[in-house]
Amino acid sequence: MNPFSSGTRLRDMIRAIRACKTAAEERAVVRKECASIRAAVSDNDNDYRHRNLAKLMFIHMLGYPTHFGQMECLKLIAAPGFPEKRIGYLGLMLLLDERQEVLMLVTNSLKQDLNHTNQYIVGLALCALGNISSAEMARDLAPEVERLLQFRDPNVRKKAALCSIRIIKKVPDLAENFVNPVASLLKEKHHGVLLTAIQLCADLCIVSEEALEYFRKKCTEGIVKILKDAVNSPYAPEYDISGISDPFLQIRLLRILRILGHGDADASDFMNDVLAQVATKTESNKNAGNAILYECVETIMSIEDSGGLRVLAINILGRFLSNRDNNIRYVALNMLMKAISVDGQAVQRHRATILECVKDSDASIRKRALELVYLLVNESNVKPLAKELIDYLVVSDQDFKGDLTAKICSIVEKLSPEKIWYIDQMLKVLCEAGNYVKDEVWHALIVVITNASNLHGYTVRSLYKAIQTSGDQEAVVRVAVWCIGEYGDLLVNNIGMLDIEEPITVTESDAIDAIEVAIMRHTSDLTTRAMCLMALLKLSSRFPSCSQRIKDIVTQSKGSLLLELQQRSIEFNSIIGKHQNLRSALVERMPVLDEATYSGRRAGSVPAAVSTSQGNTLNIPNGVVKIVDAPLVDLLDLGVDEPAPTNSSAANFLHDLLGGVDISSPSAQSGTMQPQKSGTDVLLDLLSSGSPLAQINTSTSDNKIPVSPLNSLSLSSPLPAATSSMMDLLDGFGPTPTPPAPKDNGPTYPPIVAFESASLRLMFNFSKQPGSPHITQIEANFTNKSSDVYTDFIFQAAVPKFLQLHLEPASSNTLNGNGSVTQKLRLTNNQHGKKSLVMRIRISYKLNNKDMLEEGQISNFPRDL
Amino acid sequence: MIRAVIIMNDQGKPRLVKFYDHQPMEKQQEIIRSIYGVLCSRAENVSNFVHADSTFGQDTRLVYKTFATLYFIVIFDDSENELAILDLMQVFVETLDKCFSNVCELDIIFNFNKVHTILDEIILGGQVVEMNSSDVVKAVNDISGLEKNPNSILRVSKSISGWQGR
Repeated sequence: MNPFSSGTRLRDMIRAIRACKTAAEERAVVRKECASIRAAVSDNDNDYRHRNLAKLMFIHMLGYPTHFGQMECLKLIAAPGFPEKRIGYLGLMLLLDERQEVLMLVTNSLKQDLNHTNQYIVGLALCALGNISSAEMARDLAPEVERLLQFRDPNVRKKAALCSIRIIKKVPDLAENFVNPVASLLKEKHHGVLLTAIQLCADLCIVSEEALEYFRKKCTEGIVKILKDAVNSPYAPEYDISGISDPFLQIRLLRILRILGHGDADASDFMNDVLAQVATKTESNKNAGNAILYECVETIMSIEDSGGLRVLAINILGRFLSNRDNNIRYVALNMLMKAISVDGQAVQRHRATILECVKDSDASIRKRALELVYLLVNESNVKPLAKELIDYLVVSDQDFKGDLTAKICSIVEKLSPEKIWYIDQMLKVLCEAGNYVKDEVWHALIVVITNASNLHGYTVRSLYKAIQTSGDQEAVVRVAVWCIGEYGDLLVNNIGMLDIEEPITVTESDAIDAIEVAIMRHTSDLTTRAMCLMALLKLSSRFPSCSQRIKDIVTQSKGSLLLELQQRSIEFNSIIGKHQNLRSALVERMPVLDEATYSGRRAGSVPAAVSTSQGNTLNIPNGVVKIVDAPLVDLLDLGVDEPAPTNSSAANFLHDLLGGVDISSPSAQSGTMQPQKSGTDVLLDLLSSGSPLAQINTSTSDNKIPVSPLNSLSLSSPLPAATSSMMDLLDGFGPTPTPPAPKDNGPTYPPIVAFESASLRLMFNFSKQPGSPHITQIEANFTNKSSDVYTDFIFQAAVPKFLQLHLEPASSNTLNGNGSVTQKLRLTNNQHGKKSLVMRIRISYKLNNKDMLEEGQISNFPRDL
Repeated sequence: MIRAVIIMNDQGKPRLVKFYDHQPMEKQQEIIRSIYGVLCSRAENVSNFVHADSTFGQDTRLVYKTFATLYFIVIFDDSENELAILDLMQVFVETLDKCFSNVCELDIIFNFNKVHTILDEIILGGQVVEMNSSDVVKAVNDISGLEKNPNSILRVSKSISGWQGR
């Protein structure tokens, strides 16, 4: 026999499911079982219906779909027997919800059961209604429930009371019907009924303002009396929980008093006495007693002011804080957090205890206590509190350090009374937990340091001492390196000594040692190392005698795999070695950083202007080659009278210009390209102005090979451009009227406006070296015509093959509003005297982080260049 | 109000799941899993309260208590007193203990619908009905008696084999 036929007992099914070793097995068992239940459902099997439904409830708990059992619930509820009804109602509550239409069908059965003679059946119906009633059902059945509030059996009365809560929540209009019945329930002696009546009363007050007014006037006195009796009553064993008489009733009473007293001075006044009694008489050595005290505190905090009671309440919380039970400390902290807005002074008195909780072994208590301390800090207590927190930072858990550090930094930044204190505290934090500090924090510290000119010497000496001991904390190393670089001279000469300082002896070579250690440490990241290089450059000027040693250290980074470091190393090396006249000017002391700007930027109003991190931002805004469409006729006009047949579209021209020519010297082409991109890509990119691209693509595809890594490595100095000529292109057009060769070297050429758009103007100034007429020096001057800032400005140019182009770095890659940038170009014309210069350009930049691109062709060069 | 009562074992298997505001079944399973994820990684010497804002919305909290292999979990909003809920759980467990004489996980597994009946006598619609465990035991026994009563329909004894149990 199939063990999973619908004849299986519930117990057997559960056993079978429990025996499954894998989820797949379990699914198989459940699937089989569901199949047989479905079969039974469609057979309308009466015998096993409630057993099947019980199984479905189990299956539902495991998370399998059971919707096909919903109608079975209704059938069972409609059945006459108690067991069927019981399972039916259970199923109803578990498998259905108020949004399902099926539920409408159950209203009638519920109505009958609410009127049943058997009180247990009435109880079942009330329970189901209280759990899943919809608004429609609530309307339909409210009269029955209201009537049941007066039922003879207390069990039914209390369930009816809770059921009414659901009804008035679903249909607040019905609230007024329940006000009078509740008022009489409140006179009950049965604790269970009283408990539920008070809950109903509270919910009535919440949904209906009139009910609140009514109860406030008529029942406050009664409720206060009930509470008084409960507090003073002798031991009542049946409601006792650990020695306290019916704590739950007391809690509910306190809660309703809170609702009644909130915003009403008279009612609040009336309950002061009893609250004081509860607060003083309740035993606090058991959880139940503490629960009452806790509720009492909340009530005292919520009702209208009575200063004395509040102090009493906060003192209770203070006692809670030293309780051994974590739960009590936890709720006390939560409550103090609320109390701080009511009576901050009273909470301040427990500061010491709260501070102890920051060191609790329970993480969630620590976290709350820390938040609370954070709220408690003000100008007057910031020093001792910050000291305590920093001392604790030393011994705190690793995973708590992040939170703690952030809070300490925030406190210190917000409330620091003086700069020296701020710097001291931040140094301590950085030394203890520098690895947890966010970048903004140490950035802010540097800003503050630069602004505190009288403390520069003190700070740099403290930092020097700090990295000797805490060199493993990245943030402290960075700040120290920056300061040593900037104020190295103050460090060695003990300048700006404060009275509190002990003099230290640091030689120039010690200072450099410190930085060398930092740059060599294997854990230092790119930023730290780059900062070290920078600091070394500065020191090479501050300590001229150590210049050679610094140069050696800097040189070591020349081989770094990180482009940024490699490049800086090479640059700095050459500054130190070759440009000593420049050096001291270059590394003069930084101007004071503007605190307002910085904090504004931190607040997010100013977008960070410079992106530092990525290695690919070569700070050489260099360029290459480019081209454009409109004036191509001009180009062709140079040579020929007849318009070339291809001149109608730019792309065609391109094709002719480059594609038509044998592009066999790719390195030359790419050599003029941006090293940061692969040359071919750029080239293709440059050419991508129209459909015939495909052809160009094929003709240049060979070029891709040489363009990979080697190429990009070797590009720190641009390769000489191709020397092959462009004969084919223009010669093809027939005899060219050769322009008269320049006779002398000295002609001056007027500057031209090479390119102009709505946002930019590009001017070319020409000059020639005497004796080399075929070489033209061009100084390109880019002017920003708008008032916006252009960042990541890159100029690229392309020339035909008879020209060689050498681009030097631009003076900046940022064009300020109405500002200008210059860049030098050198053009070698291999067909000097025969052909004129021509150039295509592309200018790209970012405007408000949006990529902008402008292209053009320059063909209005003076003819004899 | 109380939003949900869940019993699960220390492997994360649900043993009793009761939501007082309806949640779709998938959501229920997700909640059970996420609660288990939180509880099983909690250290021993910490408080029994967890914030449940992410699953149940603003200001909801979760109280749990471990009894042998089982987690008892109550989720509730800010109209309830956390410490009182701890007592409520104590009452619930004491009642189970009285109904099953020394309750263990297996009792709860095989008699889950009796456990539901007990729970329904303690909490109704998210509100506490009764804190007196002997009253609850009495009501539950009355209901069991009614089920076994020969006057009710004969099928009873066969059909709810699950919960006459032991």
